[in-house]
Formats: sequence, C-alpha cells, structure tokens
Amino acid sequence: MTQRPRHVVVIGNGMVGARFAEEAARRDPAGERVRVTVVGAEAEPAYNRVLLPRLLAGDLAGPDLLFPAVEGPAVTVRTGVAATAFDPARRRVDLDDGDTLHYDELVLATGSRAALPPVDGLTADGGPAPGASTLRDLADCRRVLGHARPGAPVAVLGGGLLGLETARALAARGARVTVVEPAPRLMPRQLDAAAAAILAVELRALGVDALTGRTAARWEPGHGLLLDDGRLVAADSVVVAAGVRAATELACAAGLAVDRGILVDDALATSAPRVHAIGDCAQHPDGGAGLVQPGWEQAAVLADLLTGSAPHARYRGGAVVTRLKAEGVELTSLGEVDAEAETLTLSDPHGRRYAKLSVRSDRVVGAILLGFPDAAATITQLFDLGAPVPADRLALLLGRALPEPAAGDPQGAAPALVCRCNGVTRDQLSDAWRCGARTREALAEATRATTGCGGCVRDVNALLAAWDDTAPVTVPG
Amino acid sequence: MTLTHCPYCALQCAMHVEPAADGGYRTRPAAFPTNRGGLCRKGWTAGSLLGSPDRLTTPLLRTERGAPPRPVDWDTALDHVAGRLRALREERGADSVAVFGGGGLTNEKSYLLGKFARVALGTSQIDYNGRFCMSSAAAAGLRAFGVDRGLPFPVTDLAEADAVLLAGANVAETMPPLMGHLTGARLIVVDPRRSATAEHALAHDGMHLAPRPGTDLALALGLLHAARAEGLLDAGFLAERTTGFDAAWRHAAAWWPERAERVTGVAAADIRAAARLLGRAANGYVLTGRGTEQHAKGTDTVSAWINLALALGLPGRRGSGYGCLTGQGNGQGGREHGQKADQLPGYRRIDDPAARAHVAGVWGVPAETLPGPGRSAYELLDALGTGGGPAALLLLGSNPVVSAPDADRVRNRLAALDLLVVADSFMSETAEMADVVFPVTQWAEEDGTMTNLEGRVLRRRRACAPPTGVRGDLDVLHGLAVRLGRRAAEFPADPDRVLAELGAASAGGAADYSGVTPERLDSGEALHWPCPAGAPGAPRLFLDRFGHPDGRARFTAVEHRDAAEVPDDAYPLIATTGRVLAQYQSGAQTRRVPELAAAEPEAYVEVHPDTAARSGLTDGGWALVSSRRGSTRARVRYRADARLDTVFLPFHFAGDQRANLFTNPALDPVSRMPEFKACAVRLAADDG
Repeated sequence: MTQRPRHVVVIGNGMVGARFAEEAARRDPAGERVRVTVVGAEAEPAYNRVLLPRLLAGDLAGPDLLFPAVEGPAVTVRTGVAATAFDPARRRVDLDDGDTLHYDELVLATGSRAALPPVDGLTADGGPAPGASTLRDLADCRRVLGHARPGAPVAVLGGGLLGLETARALAARGARVTVVEPAPRLMPRQLDAAAAAILAVELRALGVDALTGRTAARWEPGHGLLLDDGRLVAADSVVVAAGVRAATELACAAGLAVDRGILVDDALATSAPRVHAIGDCAQHPDGGAGLVQPGWEQAAVLADLLTGSAPHARYRGGAVVTRLKAEGVELTSLGEVDAEAETLTLSDPHGRRYAKLSVRSDRVVGAILLGFPDAAATITQLFDLGAPVPADRLALLLGRALPEPAAGDPQGAAPALVCRCNGVTRDQLSDAWRCGARTREALAEATRATTGCGGCVRDVNALLAAWDDTAPVTVPG
Repeated sequence: MTLTHCPYCALQCAMHVEPAADGGYRTRPAAFPTNRGGLCRKGWTAGSLLGSPDRLTTPLLRTERGAPPRPVDWDTALDHVAGRLRALREERGADSVAVFGGGGLTNEKSYLLGKFARVALGTSQIDYNGRFCMSSAAAAGLRAFGVDRGLPFPVTDLAEADAVLLAGANVAETMPPLMGHLTGARLIVVDPRRSATAEHALAHDGMHLAPRPGTDLALALGLLHAARAEGLLDAGFLAERTTGFDAAWRHAAAWWPERAERVTGVAAADIRAAARLLGRAANGYVLTGRGTEQHAKGTDTVSAWINLALALGLPGRRGSGYGCLTGQGNGQGGREHGQKADQLPGYRRIDDPAARAHVAGVWGVPAETLPGPGRSAYELLDALGTGGGPAALLLLGSNPVVSAPDADRVRNRLAALDLLVVADSFMSETAEMADVVFPVTQWAEEDGTMTNLEGRVLRRRRACAPPTGVRGDLDVLHGLAVRLGRRAAEFPADPDRVLAELGAASAGGAADYSGVTPERLDSGEALHWPCPAGAPGAPRLFLDRFGHPDGRARFTAVEHRDAAEVPDDAYPLIATTGRVLAQYQSGAQTRRVPELAAAEPEAYVEVHPDTAARSGLTDGGWALVSSRRGSTRARVRYRADARLDTVFLPFHFAGDQRANLFTNPALDPVSRMPEFKACAVRLAADDG
C-alpha cells in the first residue's frame, strides 16, 4: 500500500510561500508525497513584491507581477484568508474564516511588515496618516500612486535599497523626490562613505535629492516632513521605507523560539516539531533576511526536505549580494564593506564611478561597484562561486587586460590573418601580389581570400591600395 | 564540370566539381543564394577527398573479434550480414537489430533507411545522429509553430535585418558564407566564448553577451523581462496571432535583469541594451544554434528564445522571424523522412494512426506491422549489447565513437554487440570496430537530394565515377533487403525512383515533397517544402498563419534550471565543446584533407591564463581535461578573453583527443538531446 501524501500547510502566499508551493509541485508533480495548502491574507494571488518600484515607475502593471499559477493536482491556494493561530501540539491552524486546517508539516512564510519609525503624525487610527504610505504590497503601491501627481514633491523616509529604488521610480514618473536618511550616508549597510557620496551625486542628476544624517521629527499632511534640525522638506506625500520587521506574532503566540525572527536551523526547522520557517520571517544563524534570493533558496531546500527528494539538503546561509534596481544607476554591493583584506579602490567622482574590491586568499570577500556593470556581473559570480580572482585585479574592474598578455599561439607570433574563412594571411596575399595578382579578383583566384563570408573585402582592398602597383611582377622560380 | 553542392554543412553552398591537373578533382564556388559565390576553406578543399588514398574500396569482413578484417566481395559481405540479421531476428526478435543513420545522408537514403528498418527488419530500434544536433530546436519549433522547418524563410531574407540575435551560433566558423547575409545587421551574439562571430559583432557596433554555460534559459527570460519593462512588446501581434503569453510571462516576471545577471554573469545593463537593440529594430531575427540547444534543457531554452521572438512580434512577417541554424548537410531533410525513432516520412508521427495507415499504404504493408517508436539515439547506443538491447547495429553516415557523448561508454557498448555493420567511404573510428564494413560512395559520386537550412530541396549531382568496388548506400539497403526476403522493387537503388516514392509517402504530411521532381529541381525552381504535387515551393511559412490548427503560435511557459552537472570542488570548471572552421563534425572526412589537417591538426583547450596557471598548465603544452566520465588530451591555448570558469574544446578529433570522452549524456526530457555544452571538469598538465 502506498503511503498517504503528507499535508503541508503554508502560512503566507507571498514571494517565498508561493515559491515553496511551486518548488514542491515541481519535485512531486502528481502529489504522491505531499499535498500542499497555502493560505494568504492578501486577496490577490501571489506576486513579485520585489517589482513594486517598477510599478511605481510605470514600467510594469499590476498583472505583470503575478507569480506562475502553481501546477499540480495537490496544491490548494486560499487567498484572502489569514491564519489566526496554530497549535504545534495538535498540528492545527485556525483561519479567520472560521475554518481549521490539520497539518503534517507546517511552513511559516509570514514574511515581514514595513517598519513605521516613531515619527509624529506618521500614523493615524493605527494606519498611515493621510499622505503617508509604506511600500510593502500592491495596496500600498496603489496608495502611493494615488498620492503622486506629476511634478509634486514627495519625501521618502529611508535611504536604503527600497527607499532609493522607490525614489528613483517616483522621479521617473516626474515627481520631485527627497530622501531622508538618518545614517550619515545612503545605503549605510552596503556602502562606504566615498561610494555613498558619489551615489548621492548620481541620484541628484536623476532628480532625487538626499538628506543624510537627518531624522524626521514630524509628518505634517499638506506641508511636508519636518526634520530634527527644524528644516521642512516640502512634500505632498511621504513613502516610508525604513526597514522591515519579521512577522512573528503567530510564532510567538505558539511558543516558538523567536529573536528578531523565528529561529531556524540549517534544515529550516523551528523550535517546534514539524514547524518550519522560511523567508523574511525566519532568522537563520547566517542571516540572509530582507532580500528575496535567500528566501527562494530556503524554499528550494525545504521543498527538497518535505517532498523527500533530497533528504540531506541544507540551507547554509547565502552570500548576500545587493543590487540596486534603479534605472540609470548600476550599483552592486556584496560581502564585507570594510574588509580587512587586500583592497583595490578606484574612485572617479567626475565620472560618478566607484569601485572597491576586497580580496582575501585570492577570493572576493567584498565589493562595491558603482558604474562598473561588466565588472559587477563578473565579480558577483566569482563571489557566489567562491572562485579565485584573476591575477590582474585591475583588469577585472576594467573588463580587459592591461597590458594584454601574450595570447594563444604556441608557435610564436601568429601571422596576420586576413581571410579567416580560408585561412589566408597577409603574407600569402603579398606573395600572390608579387607574383602578379594585382586585383581583388586575381588575389581571390590565387589565394581564395574574400571568397568565404566576404568580410575581408575591405581589408584586401586596403592592402591593394597600399601596395605600390608599379612594382615589378616576380615570376616564381 | 558539374554543378553540385558542398558535402558539409546545411548551407549547402553551390560548387563546381571539375577534374584537376593532378588527375584528381577540384572544387570552386558557384553562384547560389546561400553562398552568393563564396566558399569556406572546407568547401574549397572538398575535392581532395574524391581522390583520397584513404578510400575504402572493398567490403571488409571479420568473423572473429580481434582478428584483422579481410577484404571480401560484395556478395559475401551482404550474404554474411543478411544471414546474421535473419538469425538474430529469429532468435531474439525484430528489435534485436538496430539501425543508426545520419544527418548527412540524402533524403533518399534517410527515407529508404527508415523503410528498411520498419519493413525489411521490422525493428523499432532506429535513430540517427541528428538527435545530437537539431532535436531540441525541432521540438521547440513544433511546440511553438506546429511546424519545424529550421528557417521558415529564405536565407537571403536575413539581409533585410537591422538586428539579429545569434544564440549559441558561431556562424563565422561553422558556416562562414552565412556571414555575408548579416553584414547589414547589428548582431547580438550570445556565447560563453569570445568566438569569431562575437568578435565580428563587437567590431561592427553589435554586442557580445557571454553567459555562464548552462544559463542561456535564464538569459532569455531576463531579455523577455527587460523587453516588457522597456515597453517593446507587440501587443497587437500577441493578441491576434499567439496564445499563452501570460503563463510564459509569469516565469519571465521573476527574472528581472539584475537577477538574470547574477545567474548568467551577463550585466543587467547589457540585458536591457540587447532587448532594446532587438526590440527597436524595424526588422529583427532570433537565430539559435547548437550552443544553446545541446543541453539537458535545450528544448525549454529554445522555447525561451522563441518566446522572446514572439513577444517582440518577429515571426510571421517578412523580414523578421525566428529560425534555427541547421548544422549537418541534410539535418533538415534527414529529420523528416523516417530515420528518427518516432517518425514516418513527411514529418509524420509514428504513433499517429492516420500517418501509419497512409505510409503503410504506400509501402504495401498492413499498418499494424509497422513498429512503434523506438529508443532515442543515446538511449539506443547505450542499450547496445545489453540484455534488453539490440545485439546488432547497422550504421550509416555517422561516427558515434567520436561524436556521441560519454564516448568511451558508447564505444564499450558497440564492442559488446554481436554484429556491427558500418557503411562509410573512409575507415572512421567507428568503422574500425565493425565486423563488416561496406565501402560506399561519397557526395560527388552519386545523385540525390538534400534539404538545406531554409527547407529548400536541392539536387546533388554525380560529378565523377566512384572507385571500382564502391557502391551506394541505396545499393547496400537494396542488397540486404532482397536477401531478407523483400521484393527488389520495394527497395530501389535508383535515387530518382526513391524520391518518387518518398514524394508519395510524404504527401499530405507537414513536409510534403510530392511536388519535388528531378525535372523541377534541374530547372532551378526554388522548392522549399511543403511542396505538394503541382504547387510552387513555400519559401516563407507563417506569413498568414502558424501551423497549429487555430493558426496561432504558442508560447511555452518555461523556467530556468541548473545544468545537469554543476562544478564542485573536485571538478571546479565548466567545459563546453564546439566546432572550428577547418574541421567538420567527427572529422572523419576533414581530418583526411591535408590542408585542413595542417590548419587544425589536434585537439586544443582554450583556457584563461590564470585558470591555466592554477592547474599548472602552460601555453602550448598538453593538458588533460577530465570529468567524472573520462579524460581528453588537448593542447593548451591561452585566451585572455575567456571566462575564468569555462574551458572550450573542439570535438572533431579522435583517440585520446576526443572531447566527447568527458561530455555528459544527461538527456533533455523532450528532445532526448544530450548535454554536450556544459559539464564539470578539472585540468591537469599532461607531459606524458
């Protein structure tokens, strides 16, 4: 007799919960091993939260963000239904529609909520005040867009990744945007002072002003954001992007071990049996919350475990790479910002470029790359793979080797190839020319040059033009 | 002097064959749309094979393994083979005998080989090396368009393009005259290597995107994402002529360019720029080649490229489109007429009752006697000489000892056969293992038709007499069929008679050749299939409708996944394999051409100098490139522009220089294409 498929209940239909269902269905398409039920409080089907700034910018529309419908006979998704509690002893989940689910395995993917800093006037009646909004879900996005009028001033509270992506997107819509960041520099966790300064200049050129080292004191609807130094940032609306807090209420109520997030080990297990946590709500010893990539990696590992397709799969913490998604700004930050390491720094304030590469034992341990798109792509891969960096560190940044190392011809200097298709060298052409082939057609007849793709016609014509046509013909002996 | 076509790639350049001063033959280019009067080095030197001293001119037979083969006369060889095949069939059933063909065989040979397997042998066990070549693109093309014709437009249309994306296609080396059609376009070359084609693109205002091998699918999804975010999609085309965009998009939605960058190593800025270049072109094409297709997810990867082309509204109008660049000379025709495990002539499915009834009617046999689908190429080779697999193999136009993945494993399987029969013009590495070798004619010694990369049927003409003792492949099939009890008229050795029968068998199928006659071909008519009797050729498909019953093209929802084997501490690098200009396929022909052998005499491995130094390699020295399956010897070539994580080897060489000793036979679930283009390897110096 085959075993009854185990029932896996997932609380949270966000990017990570939905991804887990997709990964499970891919590993067990017929639902022979697991039956998955996902419950999500939002009425919308799962969507890519990461792309909300693109929605603000107008590049994408709401339906463009939807996740793939999870295929598989054994996956049920219930949207608009929130879990109100779960009981690890009885293995049951209570839902706000009065229903109860029994589980064999429970996956907490409750995510996080936007943090609202203690700024006077920012909240009203338990929610954001008029003109204020966070940017966490589609409803927030609609609210922000509802506030935005072309040319109207907007304040963004928070100069981190989301704040800057939001600011850039609103600027692309024509808003005048001011970012307020309490730390002394933008993206304080990912950048050093020099990089942040150049980034601020770059953003200003794109229509985003940044005030750093300043705390908001009060939101005054209709006026703007009053800062701690008494200055008023005039703004019709304010978007709060001041970090997130793991949504841990259900876990706390159920008695799970919780710190900043729900504590999990390498198997994504919580302190309660048969209860797992992934994504922003989880706290793994090696960090990784706040970005979607670690959550998706955790979803894949947990799907391996719960479907039994890879019982030894483990999440070991991922290398964190921060990539700003803001049109016109190419910024990557990874690893340690101020590493004790061999460090190569290249600062070009005039060109608004900055690169810092930190290497230890031939491995990348940190990098900040502003305006170096090719190098960023390459260095990110070296960092992700733990692969050794090339001896020429500068070439890695500049994208080509300077000076060019001697390339590939073991027999010595390669003769200049003119016609690749037929392997005809310049020397062969000049020999033929000396023997009387004084037109392109004659050279083609003698050497086959130009008879392949035809790409060397120009080169052959140039040689003909350069050679002295009055030189006598050499009759081959 | 005879006007014919080149023996090598699917461009099928026109050439004259004429006697040379030394008593042999020489070739020179002729005017024709595909080559426009050009030839590459391989075409220019093809004539030297006609007078080659290496030619096989007498059948060879060995009755004991290990004994040297002895020359015998044709009757002895044919009698021996027929007798052994008959005995095996009686003892172990029809499927104990297998047939393996090739994409270089003429349409007539491909057709008759399929008929021979199904009618004379009654075996389901037939497949061909095209499975290693075109199968992923074919499967994806069928999924999207309902018809698989490599280029559904004439090659000459490419000259109208403003932008062309070449995914895994190094045409500057593999089919140089094609470059002549691309001079007006800005090229986007997708290739992990800085190939000759990539260099051309960069020198002519184009782009080179160098993804980590095995990540093309993520790149294509990233391009689709960027194209949509940049507002480049053709909404009218999507609405009127396609289905399934939303489901496909939902996967691409998760591949914003920065995420695609992290997986592929291609800068997000370049992904966006490439999407703009292609999406804003008045005329644009997406063309795929083996580099993107020869993967365990090759079919889905090609679907992702087709999705991109469809989203931009390229297919289905003149001057734009999607196409796959066919590799082998008759890679197109060879996959249409029945040497593929799951097919019957006319690009019909062997599991379709109507197709079986039609073909059985033409063949004069009851439909229920036709076997069903058999094993795919690698699975067939891997089953040889095993308990459940075939005990005998008849092989034409292929050299799997060099060209199959995990080549030593395949070699061992061939060695385990009771009977290996090979028909070839030269003693290929596979022929060396055979119990019986039939010496057969080469391209310029026989008549026949080929179907080039644009679906155009061509006449290949006999330009010279074969050496004494040599017969055609059709004669071999005829001789065996008669000895196996079939009527002589069922297996004609005359190519024109076979073509006429092929026409009847293909009539009404997707690839309908019933209107293709020697007379029409000789008159110079451009006959692109489908070409039903009395109809003109069809140079451009899809202008009004696609091949599915509803007339619409279909998006396929595809998702990226890792290569079947990814690097680890023991095998930290990725190896990818490919072609060089001076050699062709397994090199069985081109390695015997002195000029080509001098140009590329041996296997080499392209490696970044730093990567080489870490493994103790020196430029010009010998390296051992090893995977979990085997090791290849290759000469080290430093390439400062190589990816640090990737090495490249050409696969044309023999013995311990066979790149396929290390390749991974992981198969695509749809096309059964092996993963030639990405596997994990390590490097070591080889001074021995």
